[in-house]
Amino acid sequence: MSQEHIDKLIESDYAAGFVTEVESETLPPGLNEDVVRFISGKKNEPQWMLDWRLKAYRAWREMTEPEWAHVDYPPIVFDEISYYSAPKSMADRPQSLDEVDPELIATYNKLGIPLHEQAALAGVAVDVVFDSVSVVTTFKSKLLESGVIFCSMSEAIKDYPELVQKYLGSVVPQKDNFYAALNSAVFSDGSFVYIPKGVRCPMELSTYFRINESNTGQFERTLIIAEEGSHVSYLEGCTAPMRDENQLHAAVVELVVLDNAQIKYSTVQNWYPGNAEGKGGIYNFVTKRGIVHKNARLSWTQVETGSAVTWKYPSCILKGDNSVGEFYSVALTNNYQQADTGTKMIHIGKNTRSTIISKGISAGKSSNVYRGLVRMNPGAEGARNFTQCDSLLIGDKCAAHTFPYIESKHPTAVVEHEATTSKVSDDQLYLCQQRGIDAEKAVSMIVNGFCKEVFKELPMEFAVEAGKLLEVSLEGSVG
Amino acid sequence: MLAINNLHAEVEEKQILKGINLDIKPGEVHAIMGPNGSGKSTLGHVLSGREGYEVTQGSVQFGQKDLLEMSIEERAREGLFLAFQYPVEIPGVSNMEFLKASVDAVRAHNELPDLDAVSFMKKARSVCKAVDLDQSFLKRGVNEGFSGGEKKRNEIMQMMLLEPRLAILDETDSGLDIDALQVVAEGVNSLRSPDRSFIVITHYQRLLDYIEPDFVHVLAGGKIVKSGDKSLALELEAKGYAWLAEEVV
Repeated sequence: MSQEHIDKLIESDYAAGFVTEVESETLPPGLNEDVVRFISGKKNEPQWMLDWRLKAYRAWREMTEPEWAHVDYPPIVFDEISYYSAPKSMADRPQSLDEVDPELIATYNKLGIPLHEQAALAGVAVDVVFDSVSVVTTFKSKLLESGVIFCSMSEAIKDYPELVQKYLGSVVPQKDNFYAALNSAVFSDGSFVYIPKGVRCPMELSTYFRINESNTGQFERTLIIAEEGSHVSYLEGCTAPMRDENQLHAAVVELVVLDNAQIKYSTVQNWYPGNAEGKGGIYNFVTKRGIVHKNARLSWTQVETGSAVTWKYPSCILKGDNSVGEFYSVALTNNYQQADTGTKMIHIGKNTRSTIISKGISAGKSSNVYRGLVRMNPGAEGARNFTQCDSLLIGDKCAAHTFPYIESKHPTAVVEHEATTSKVSDDQLYLCQQRGIDAEKAVSMIVNGFCKEVFKELPMEFAVEAGKLLEVSLEGSVG
Repeated sequence: MLAINNLHAEVEEKQILKGINLDIKPGEVHAIMGPNGSGKSTLGHVLSGREGYEVTQGSVQFGQKDLLEMSIEERAREGLFLAFQYPVEIPGVSNMEFLKASVDAVRAHNELPDLDAVSFMKKARSVCKAVDLDQSFLKRGVNEGFSGGEKKRNEIMQMMLLEPRLAILDETDSGLDIDALQVVAEGVNSLRSPDRSFIVITHYQRLLDYIEPDFVHVLAGGKIVKSGDKSLALELEAKGYAWLAEEVV
């Protein structure tokens, strides 16, 4: 397998890169207090919400962008971004799927998202966020029968203000970091989930995010509250059209896992990664964090194949005794993509346990960074962590880096870290080809094998999807 | 089946094969012997089309086709199989998945639909048994953590599953104990048929006690310096290669 051959095949097509012709109402670029007021007003928000946003905006103005990540991109001009875009026909929210703009439905069909009967078959309830606005939430009424609330964030602010006020910002405060502050000021929508005490959510919940308009940023906010002893599995997927300019996506996800509860949060991230020359693509700067109470469990699973630049560390604050945090990640970068991703496991309670399995795959000229923090606080008696961090290189122009940070302040805490770096070798490809398997299929098999430990953590129907996604993202990555 | 004509090849700009002529008819077993560095394994890799093994002169006809025009996978799909001397590990990819992909790739080439899972498993289990590998090997990663002997038996298992027209065994006997050697030989013998040919590359005569060749060729300095029947192998065993090498020089 010559390098030339490998290079030739490191060119992939982005299958979700179409633009949908939907009439939109989009705010002119720029950010100031009036924009924040406009967004809040557009959504008929109560005063407390506007105040909360303004507080975040004022904090953001004083903050500077983080520069510690191992990524490199031209400075973002925040005044050139539009902070609100909504499909026009959404002015009166549809009450049922029949009222949704058929173009939108077509878009989601193109993406293979189960909205109608498919959703029922798959047992998946879907919330769809298109540009900034939540379009439709399926199965809402069915879920409500068991007391589960699954709606857009805007609706939650209206219908469940006490829950939102209690928990919004309780895990990721407004001033947490630059992008979280920005999100707090201008977030336009997102999903809200509430699982009552002792309830096991009867179906997988799912949200699809899509950026459609050009020059818009997407700032969604997700809040999931799992009451004591409850259980929920949630999946989010993301895509965007192919555009030459870079687009900003700065989301915040807050998870509250109360005593004995469980949240499984899976992400399949396929934002547009830019073209083969590194032009365009999404800047994906996301803050995801969960607070895990006594005997509770939070499990993050992510498959990251998209975005030009990714900056994302889904984290667990293991506050309660015996709480468990897990992070299973596959991050694939190709062409000029850059990813700096990993997790933080903060062990506060006694006998807390965490597991980190990270699989980084770099192809093309991309850079793939694992950055993780495991902190054992002074009270974390008997806490344990196991970290396994594997990198796979395809070709000889890509890079993989690992930055594990370990802080242990309790003598009984145990932290284990294992790391490997391997390469898809010429000999492996030769063996496959000699058995009649073409190189592309061989690479996808090898990569899937490498990711197996993570894929098995995904909900069944998405594990297949994730495998396919890797295949597409690697299309042409080796010959 | 296979007609090699004046084949010259180089690796990293070093001439290794210097004019090989070999004609293999259907059903024949040809043993290729020779001292270290004579080009035996190179011949196997050149025939299978490995990257970096450059043919500088000569031609190879495989059935009705020009072998050298085909890619590695095309040659494989046309029925050329190479049992590797050092099979590599592919962690995480199960033997089963690998074999299914392989079988289906060959079938697709012959315009056959994918083999259904039940038939495939039935066949895979039976060839596993034939080479004395536990069925659990089907679920393990390709060669992952296999012993040397297990890797070699795994190669023969693949060969039996794929039923190639031409199988090249590259020092399959190296590192095998006598029991494993017998298992491998039995696997090969069970596949012998009037329309299937073998090239058995080996360093020692021992393997040929079990796989009886129709012809024995001695490769030295990149050329076939002597050909004969199976008695040549015994002669080599007794006299070594030195006398032949001298003849060439």
